[in-house]
Amino acid sequence: MSRFYHLDKVSETKEKPIIRFEGVGKTYQKGIAALNDINLTINKGEFVFIVGTSGSGKSTLIKLLLKEIEPTEGRIYVEGKDLSRLRSRQVAKYRRNLGVVFQNFRLLPDRNVYENVAFAQRVINTPTSIIRRRVPAMLSSMGLTEKYGSYPNELSGGEQQRVALARALVNNPLILLADEPTGNLDPSNSIEIMSLLNEINKRGTTVIVVTHNKEIVDMMQKRVITLHKGKLVSDEQKGGYSNEL
Amino acid sequence: MSYKTFTYSMKEGVKNIWRNRMYSLASIGTITASLFLFGILFFIVANFQSVIKSAESSVGITVFFEEGIRQARIDEIGKELAQREEVKSIEFVSGEETWQKYKEEYLSEELVESFGDDNPLADSDSYTVYLHDVESQTSLVEFAQNLEGVRKVNYSESIAKAFSNINSIIAMVSVAIIVILVSVSIFLINSSVTMGVAARKEEISIMKLLGATDKFISGPFVIEGLLVGIIGSVIPLSILYLVYDNLLTYITSKYTSVFNIFSFVDISDIFAFLGPIILIIGIGIGFLGSFITVRRQIRQVEVS
Repeated sequence: MSRFYHLDKVSETKEKPIIRFEGVGKTYQKGIAALNDINLTINKGEFVFIVGTSGSGKSTLIKLLLKEIEPTEGRIYVEGKDLSRLRSRQVAKYRRNLGVVFQNFRLLPDRNVYENVAFAQRVINTPTSIIRRRVPAMLSSMGLTEKYGSYPNELSGGEQQRVALARALVNNPLILLADEPTGNLDPSNSIEIMSLLNEINKRGTTVIVVTHNKEIVDMMQKRVITLHKGKLVSDEQKGGYSNEL
Repeated sequence: MSYKTFTYSMKEGVKNIWRNRMYSLASIGTITASLFLFGILFFIVANFQSVIKSAESSVGITVFFEEGIRQARIDEIGKELAQREEVKSIEFVSGEETWQKYKEEYLSEELVESFGDDNPLADSDSYTVYLHDVESQTSLVEFAQNLEGVRKVNYSESIAKAFSNINSIIAMVSVAIIVILVSVSIFLINSSVTMGVAARKEEISIMKLLGATDKFISGPFVIEGLLVGIIGSVIPLSILYLVYDNLLTYITSKYTSVFNIFSFVDISDIFAFLGPIILIIGIGIGFLGSFITVRRQIRQVEVS
């Protein structure tokens, strides 16, 4: 097998769309359009920022991707599958494709670091032997080896977000969805988390970061999709934070 | 459900009961109280029915024969009656016996003497037929009346009606009480599970986010309901056993004379029936109550 074969493979997978929004709109019951005619393609292995102020439709976009709500118009495809065709039974399995981290980390306060990460595997019925191998490996790649037995309230914000990342990634998701991952972190911790996300992306996971942190977006120089009042107003490769906002 | 999921659900279910102990206690308490009341009701009904049964079987039908009937035919009629399913026992009463009895009970000596050796009831040989169940009286009376050689069948319709009325009232009251108790118990389990889900909303939300199936998430809650049901039926069963046992000993020793006329239903007979019933109702309430609620509650938990 030549080296080129491997490279070809990589470029081929990079071109493949992993998420596709086709004319997606979402109007809530009160008649407010949260998203309007969104057309968007994210390819496998991409690192994408989705930026916008509050009310831009970012949260709706995340809820749509998690299939927590249904679009009122258009279709969303993930890995070529039409989300509207997923039956309610299949939703749980579908969500295993997505690793998600949040601004407030959402760790379970009554469980230690190890148990918080192992929880992600336990709830999808992973055999214990795999959990015992996988969780320590994940914690060590997040630089948390010494924090195994600590409880969330004993950790700094940056450490908590790293535990959350470990939990999101331990099941090998195709896509990592980070909702304001640096929202509760100071600049140095924010940079650390972003470089971890970059690292994760380099290993092949598609990373989507939803944020309104201008400094971070400008620093990373990645693709930036800007939402404003429910509309997609710009989509730039290697862009910065839109000045319009 | 795999073994692993089952052990997980079991462990978490027990933890749920503990975390949620006030509500678990309330649920166990209500089921216990309901089933205890049910048990007491059952004691009363079972014993009452046994009294009625013995009363019912003492109600007899009298079958008289046509004049000049041969003894062979009388024996045949006796056999035919005895073969019927509804018949418990049959007794031949000769006209002579009846006359003797009548004389002793109702007539003064003077009157008796005036009859001399005459027996006005000479043709009144009869069968007294006792039934298992007074409700089957009509069918037997019909059968007896159509037998060849039978002149007349004496029976009391009003007694049969009274007994069947009492039976249906007992059945209706029992059903009503059980329905009320079961509904109250299910309602409480519903609240308990709703509280349990609310208390663990964040955990459930994260589980959903991580791709846990609703079935997996609901497992511990259903086990919790089942355990509450089991505990809630074993407690009243034990208490009921003690109560019945002691009551029996106490009453029979203290009021021997009064309770000579009828005997209490045996404790083993009562519990051979009541035990399984209480367990099934208790576990059923626990399982259904939690199963119905938990899926709906889980669906309402938001993911993000």
